[in-house]
Amino acid sequence: MIASLAFYLFAGIVLLSAIMVITARNPVHSVLFLILSFFNAAGLFIILGAEFIAMILVIVYVGAVAVLFLFVVMMLDISFTDLRKGAMQYVPVGLLVGGVLLVELIVMVVGWQVADKASDNMASPIPDANDITNTEALGRVLYTDYVFAFQVSGLILLVAMIGAIVLTHRKRPGVRKQNIVAQQNRTQADAMEIQKVTPGTGV
Amino acid sequence: MPEALFEVGLNIGLAHYLSLAAMLFTIGVFGIFLNRKNVIVILMCIELMLLSVNINFVAFSVHLGDLTGQVFSLFILTVAAAEAAIGLAILVVFFRTKGSIAVEDISSLKG
Repeated sequence: MIASLAFYLFAGIVLLSAIMVITARNPVHSVLFLILSFFNAAGLFIILGAEFIAMILVIVYVGAVAVLFLFVVMMLDISFTDLRKGAMQYVPVGLLVGGVLLVELIVMVVGWQVADKASDNMASPIPDANDITNTEALGRVLYTDYVFAFQVSGLILLVAMIGAIVLTHRKRPGVRKQNIVAQQNRTQADAMEIQKVTPGTGV
Repeated sequence: MPEALFEVGLNIGLAHYLSLAAMLFTIGVFGIFLNRKNVIVILMCIELMLLSVNINFVAFSVHLGDLTGQVFSLFILTVAAAEAAIGLAILVVFFRTKGSIAVEDISSLKG
Protein backbone atom coordinates (compact mmCIF):
# COMPACT_ATOMS: atom_id res chain seq x y z
CA MET A 1 0.00 0.00 0.00
CA ILE A 2 2.69 2.46 1.06
CA ALA A 3 4.91 1.29 -1.81
CA SER A 4 2.19 1.82 -4.41
CA LEU A 5 1.37 5.28 -3.01
CA ALA A 6 5.08 6.13 -3.11
CA PHE A 7 5.22 4.89 -6.70
CA TYR A 8 2.39 7.22 -7.75
CA LEU A 9 3.93 10.13 -5.86
CA PHE A 10 7.39 9.68 -7.41
CA ALA A 11 6.04 8.89 -10.88
CA GLY A 12 3.72 11.90 -10.80
CA ILE A 13 6.52 14.27 -9.79
CA VAL A 14 8.83 12.79 -12.44
CA LEU A 15 6.26 13.39 -15.18
CA LEU A 16 5.25 16.86 -13.97
CA SER A 17 8.82 18.06 -13.63
CA ALA A 18 9.66 16.57 -17.05
CA ILE A 19 6.82 18.65 -18.51
CA MET A 20 8.17 21.71 -16.69
CA VAL A 21 11.66 21.00 -18.13
CA ILE A 22 10.38 21.34 -21.69
CA THR A 23 7.96 24.22 -21.09
CA ALA A 24 9.87 26.48 -18.67
CA ARG A 25 10.76 29.88 -20.17
CA ASN A 26 14.03 30.17 -18.30
CA PRO A 27 16.60 27.39 -18.96
CA VAL A 28 17.87 27.71 -15.38
CA HIS A 29 14.42 26.61 -14.22
CA SER A 30 14.57 23.79 -16.77
CA VAL A 31 17.81 22.52 -15.23
CA LEU A 32 16.37 22.73 -11.71
CA PHE A 33 13.28 20.76 -12.75
CA LEU A 34 15.58 18.23 -14.45
CA ILE A 35 17.31 17.77 -11.07
CA LEU A 36 13.92 17.26 -9.36
CA SER A 37 12.96 14.70 -11.97
CA PHE A 38 16.20 12.76 -11.48
CA PHE A 39 15.80 12.78 -7.69
CA ASN A 40 12.33 11.26 -8.00
CA ALA A 41 13.53 8.70 -10.54
CA ALA A 42 16.12 7.70 -7.93
CA GLY A 43 13.22 7.23 -5.50
CA LEU A 44 11.53 4.94 -8.02
CA PHE A 45 14.71 2.87 -8.33
CA ILE A 46 14.86 2.51 -4.54
CA ILE A 47 11.25 1.20 -4.57
CA LEU A 48 12.35 -1.32 -7.22
CA GLY A 49 15.25 -2.44 -5.02
CA ALA A 50 18.08 -1.10 -7.19
CA GLU A 51 19.74 1.09 -4.56
CA PHE A 52 23.12 1.34 -6.25
CA ILE A 53 21.67 2.67 -9.52
CA ALA A 54 19.56 5.12 -7.51
CA MET A 55 22.58 6.52 -5.67
CA ILE A 56 24.67 6.65 -8.87
CA LEU A 57 21.81 8.52 -10.54
CA VAL A 58 21.91 11.16 -7.82
CA ILE A 59 25.71 11.41 -7.80
CA VAL A 60 26.32 11.38 -11.55
CA TYR A 61 23.27 13.22 -12.83
CA VAL A 62 22.54 15.69 -10.07
CA GLY A 63 26.13 16.08 -8.95
CA ALA A 64 27.86 16.26 -12.31
CA VAL A 65 25.66 16.50 -15.39
CA ALA A 66 23.04 18.92 -14.03
CA VAL A 67 25.70 21.17 -12.52
CA LEU A 68 27.50 21.13 -15.89
CA PHE A 69 24.25 22.23 -17.56
CA LEU A 70 23.80 24.94 -14.95
CA PHE A 71 27.34 26.23 -15.53
CA VAL A 72 26.87 26.39 -19.30
CA VAL A 73 23.44 28.05 -19.06
CA MET A 74 24.80 30.72 -16.76
CA MET A 75 28.10 31.13 -18.62
CA LEU A 76 26.58 31.77 -22.05
CA ASP A 77 25.00 35.19 -22.33
CA ILE A 78 21.98 34.38 -24.48
CA SER A 79 18.64 36.07 -24.96
CA PHE A 80 16.40 33.09 -24.40
CA THR A 81 13.21 34.93 -25.36
CA ASP A 82 14.48 35.18 -28.96
CA LEU A 83 15.04 31.43 -28.99
CA ARG A 84 11.41 30.78 -28.10
CA LYS A 85 10.04 32.84 -30.98
CA GLY A 86 8.13 30.68 -33.45
CA ALA A 87 8.22 27.67 -31.13
CA MET A 88 4.44 27.29 -31.26
CA GLN A 89 4.65 26.68 -35.01
CA TYR A 90 5.97 23.15 -34.44
CA VAL A 91 3.62 22.15 -31.62
CA PRO A 92 1.09 20.33 -33.89
CA VAL A 93 3.83 18.25 -35.53
CA GLY A 94 5.36 17.51 -32.14
CA LEU A 95 2.00 16.49 -30.68
CA LEU A 96 1.36 14.26 -33.68
CA VAL A 97 4.74 12.50 -33.48
CA GLY A 98 4.63 12.28 -29.68
CA GLY A 99 1.05 10.98 -29.69
CA VAL A 100 1.79 8.31 -32.28
CA LEU A 101 4.87 7.25 -30.31
CA LEU A 102 2.95 7.12 -27.02
CA VAL A 103 0.09 5.07 -28.53
CA GLU A 104 2.56 2.62 -30.05
CA LEU A 105 4.46 2.22 -26.78
CA ILE A 106 1.27 1.77 -24.73
CA VAL A 107 -0.11 -0.79 -27.22
CA MET A 108 3.17 -2.67 -26.96
CA VAL A 109 3.20 -2.57 -23.15
CA VAL A 110 -0.43 -3.76 -22.88
CA GLY A 111 -0.20 -6.57 -25.42
CA TRP A 112 3.18 -7.89 -24.32
CA GLN A 113 3.96 -10.96 -22.22
CA VAL A 114 7.13 -12.50 -20.83
CA ALA A 115 8.03 -15.68 -22.72
CA ASP A 116 7.88 -18.84 -20.61
CA LYS A 117 11.51 -19.68 -21.24
CA ALA A 118 12.77 -16.19 -20.33
CA SER A 119 13.58 -17.30 -16.78
CA ASP A 120 15.81 -20.10 -18.12
CA ASN A 121 18.03 -17.66 -19.99
CA MET A 122 19.17 -15.54 -17.08
CA ALA A 123 22.76 -14.33 -17.36
CA SER A 124 23.21 -13.37 -13.70
CA PRO A 125 20.27 -13.98 -11.35
CA ILE A 126 19.70 -11.49 -8.52
CA PRO A 127 20.83 -13.15 -5.26
CA ASP A 128 18.66 -13.10 -2.14
CA ALA A 129 18.64 -9.57 -0.71
CA ASN A 130 19.07 -10.96 2.82
CA ASP A 131 22.44 -12.57 2.00
CA ILE A 132 24.10 -9.89 -0.09
CA THR A 133 23.41 -6.23 -0.78
CA ASN A 134 22.48 -4.91 -4.20
CA THR A 135 25.79 -3.04 -4.49
CA GLU A 136 27.89 -6.10 -3.72
CA ALA A 137 25.90 -8.30 -6.10
CA LEU A 138 26.29 -5.70 -8.86
CA GLY A 139 30.02 -5.42 -8.19
CA ARG A 140 30.48 -9.20 -8.37
CA VAL A 141 28.85 -9.24 -11.81
CA LEU A 142 30.41 -6.02 -13.09
CA TYR A 143 34.02 -6.89 -12.26
CA THR A 144 33.87 -10.46 -13.57
CA ASP A 145 31.46 -11.04 -16.45
CA TYR A 146 31.39 -7.46 -17.71
CA VAL A 147 34.94 -6.35 -16.94
CA PHE A 148 35.71 -5.68 -20.61
CA ALA A 149 32.62 -3.49 -21.05
CA PHE A 150 33.54 -1.77 -17.77
CA GLN A 151 37.03 -0.92 -19.05
CA VAL A 152 35.61 0.31 -22.36
CA SER A 153 33.19 2.61 -20.53
CA GLY A 154 36.16 3.98 -18.60
CA LEU A 155 37.89 4.66 -21.93
CA ILE A 156 34.76 6.42 -23.21
CA LEU A 157 34.84 8.73 -20.21
CA LEU A 158 38.57 9.39 -20.74
CA VAL A 159 38.03 10.25 -24.41
CA ALA A 160 35.08 12.48 -23.49
CA MET A 161 37.17 14.29 -20.91
CA ILE A 162 40.11 14.82 -23.28
CA GLY A 163 37.71 15.86 -26.07
CA ALA A 164 35.95 18.42 -23.90
CA ILE A 165 39.27 19.91 -22.77
CA VAL A 166 40.69 20.02 -26.33
CA LEU A 167 37.49 21.59 -27.69
CA THR A 168 37.16 24.33 -25.12
CA HIS A 169 40.86 25.07 -24.57
CA ARG A 170 42.07 28.17 -26.39
CA LYS A 171 45.35 30.02 -26.61
CA ARG A 172 44.81 33.59 -25.52
CA PRO A 173 47.20 36.21 -26.93
CA GLY A 174 48.93 38.50 -24.47
CA VAL A 175 49.05 36.04 -21.59
CA ARG A 176 52.60 35.41 -20.32
CA LYS A 177 53.17 31.90 -19.03
CA GLN A 178 56.24 30.00 -17.90
CA ASN A 179 57.92 28.31 -20.90
CA ILE A 180 59.92 25.49 -19.34
CA VAL A 181 61.56 24.31 -22.59
CA ALA A 182 62.87 27.79 -23.31
CA GLN A 183 64.14 28.10 -19.76
CA GLN A 184 65.96 24.78 -19.90
CA ASN A 185 67.53 25.50 -23.28
CA ARG A 186 69.06 28.81 -22.22
CA THR A 187 72.84 28.67 -22.26
CA GLN A 188 75.36 30.99 -20.81
CA ALA A 189 76.36 32.11 -24.30
CA ASP A 190 72.97 33.61 -25.23
CA ALA A 191 72.12 34.77 -21.73
CA MET A 192 75.11 36.99 -20.97
CA GLU A 193 78.16 38.50 -22.51
CA ILE A 194 81.28 39.99 -20.99
CA GLN A 195 82.41 43.39 -22.20
CA LYS A 196 85.58 45.19 -21.48
CA VAL A 197 84.64 48.67 -20.35
CA THR A 198 87.44 51.10 -20.66
CA PRO A 199 87.35 53.80 -17.98
CA GLY A 200 85.79 57.11 -19.03
CA THR A 201 84.09 55.92 -22.27
CA GLY A 202 81.20 53.71 -21.18
CA VAL A 203 79.70 50.85 -23.17
CA MET B 1 -15.03 -3.47 -13.05
CA PRO B 2 -14.01 -0.54 -10.82
CA GLU B 3 -12.74 -3.03 -8.25
CA ALA B 4 -10.54 -4.67 -10.88
CA LEU B 5 -9.18 -1.26 -11.84
CA PHE B 6 -8.53 -0.55 -8.16
CA GLU B 7 -6.59 -3.82 -7.89
CA VAL B 8 -4.48 -2.86 -10.92
CA GLY B 9 -3.88 0.54 -9.40
CA LEU B 10 -2.80 -0.90 -6.07
CA ASN B 11 -0.47 -3.67 -7.24
CA ILE B 12 2.41 -1.91 -8.94
CA GLY B 13 3.81 -4.20 -11.61
CA LEU B 14 6.06 -4.08 -14.63
CA ALA B 15 3.36 -2.44 -16.78
CA HIS B 16 3.24 0.61 -14.49
CA TYR B 17 6.96 1.24 -14.88
CA LEU B 18 6.84 0.64 -18.63
CA SER B 19 3.94 3.10 -19.01
CA LEU B 20 5.82 5.69 -16.95
CA ALA B 21 8.92 5.24 -19.12
CA ALA B 22 6.81 5.50 -22.29
CA MET B 23 5.28 8.78 -21.11
CA LEU B 24 8.67 10.15 -20.09
CA PHE B 25 10.14 9.23 -23.50
CA THR B 26 7.22 10.91 -25.26
CA ILE B 27 7.71 14.08 -23.21
CA GLY B 28 11.37 14.04 -24.27
CA VAL B 29 10.48 13.70 -27.96
CA PHE B 30 7.84 16.42 -27.69
CA GLY B 31 10.32 18.69 -25.94
CA ILE B 32 12.70 18.49 -28.91
CA PHE B 33 9.89 19.79 -31.16
CA LEU B 34 8.83 22.45 -28.67
CA ASN B 35 12.35 23.84 -28.08
CA ARG B 36 13.79 23.23 -31.50
CA LYS B 37 15.84 26.45 -31.43
CA ASN B 38 17.43 26.01 -28.02
CA VAL B 39 20.21 23.41 -28.08
CA ILE B 40 20.58 23.35 -24.29
CA VAL B 41 16.98 22.28 -23.74
CA ILE B 42 17.30 19.73 -26.57
CA LEU B 43 20.25 18.19 -24.70
CA MET B 44 18.12 18.10 -21.54
CA CYS B 45 15.35 16.34 -23.49
CA ILE B 46 17.88 13.71 -24.58
CA GLU B 47 18.80 13.22 -20.91
CA LEU B 48 15.10 12.70 -20.11
CA MET B 49 14.82 10.07 -22.85
CA LEU B 50 17.91 8.28 -21.55
CA LEU B 51 16.38 8.33 -18.07
CA SER B 52 13.24 6.64 -19.39
CA VAL B 53 15.39 3.95 -21.02
CA ASN B 54 17.12 3.46 -17.66
CA ILE B 55 13.76 3.05 -15.94
CA ASN B 56 12.85 0.37 -18.51
CA PHE B 57 16.13 -1.48 -17.96
CA VAL B 58 15.89 -1.48 -14.17
CA ALA B 59 12.18 -2.45 -14.19
CA PHE B 60 12.86 -5.41 -16.49
CA SER B 61 15.91 -6.37 -14.44
CA VAL B 62 13.87 -6.54 -11.22
CA HIS B 63 10.90 -8.21 -12.90
CA LEU B 64 12.98 -10.97 -14.50
CA GLY B 65 15.31 -11.33 -11.51
CA ASP B 66 18.40 -10.74 -13.66
CA LEU B 67 21.14 -8.28 -12.65
CA THR B 68 22.29 -7.66 -16.24
CA GLY B 69 19.72 -4.91 -16.75
CA GLN B 70 21.17 -2.90 -13.89
CA VAL B 71 24.71 -3.38 -15.24
CA PHE B 72 23.55 -2.06 -18.61
CA SER B 73 21.88 0.93 -17.04
CA LEU B 74 25.25 1.79 -15.45
CA PHE B 75 26.81 1.81 -18.93
CA ILE B 76 23.98 4.02 -20.20
CA LEU B 77 24.74 6.45 -17.37
CA THR B 78 28.40 6.51 -18.46
CA VAL B 79 27.54 7.21 -22.09
CA ALA B 80 25.00 9.88 -21.07
CA ALA B 81 27.59 11.68 -18.97
CA ALA B 82 30.15 11.57 -21.82
CA GLU B 83 27.53 12.78 -24.29
CA ALA B 84 26.52 15.71 -22.08
CA ALA B 85 30.15 16.76 -21.58
CA ILE B 86 31.02 16.66 -25.30
CA GLY B 87 27.71 18.28 -26.33
CA LEU B 88 28.12 21.18 -23.94
CA ALA B 89 31.78 21.62 -24.96
CA ILE B 90 30.74 21.85 -28.62
CA LEU B 91 28.01 24.30 -27.59
CA VAL B 92 30.52 26.55 -25.78
CA VAL B 93 32.91 26.54 -28.78
CA PHE B 94 30.01 27.28 -31.15
CA PHE B 95 28.83 30.16 -28.97
CA ARG B 96 32.35 31.64 -29.01
CA THR B 97 32.50 31.68 -32.81
CA LYS B 98 28.89 32.57 -33.69
CA GLY B 99 27.61 34.39 -30.61
CA SER B 100 24.35 32.44 -30.58
CA ILE B 101 23.13 28.89 -29.97
CA ALA B 102 20.17 28.86 -32.37
CA VAL B 103 19.89 25.57 -34.22
CA GLU B 104 19.41 27.15 -37.66
CA ASP B 105 22.78 28.94 -37.36
CA ILE B 106 24.51 25.59 -36.87
CA SER B 107 23.74 24.58 -40.46
CA SER B 108 26.25 27.24 -41.56
CA LEU B 109 29.00 24.93 -40.25
CA LYS B 110 28.55 22.46 -43.11
CA GLY B 111 31.26 22.51 -45.71
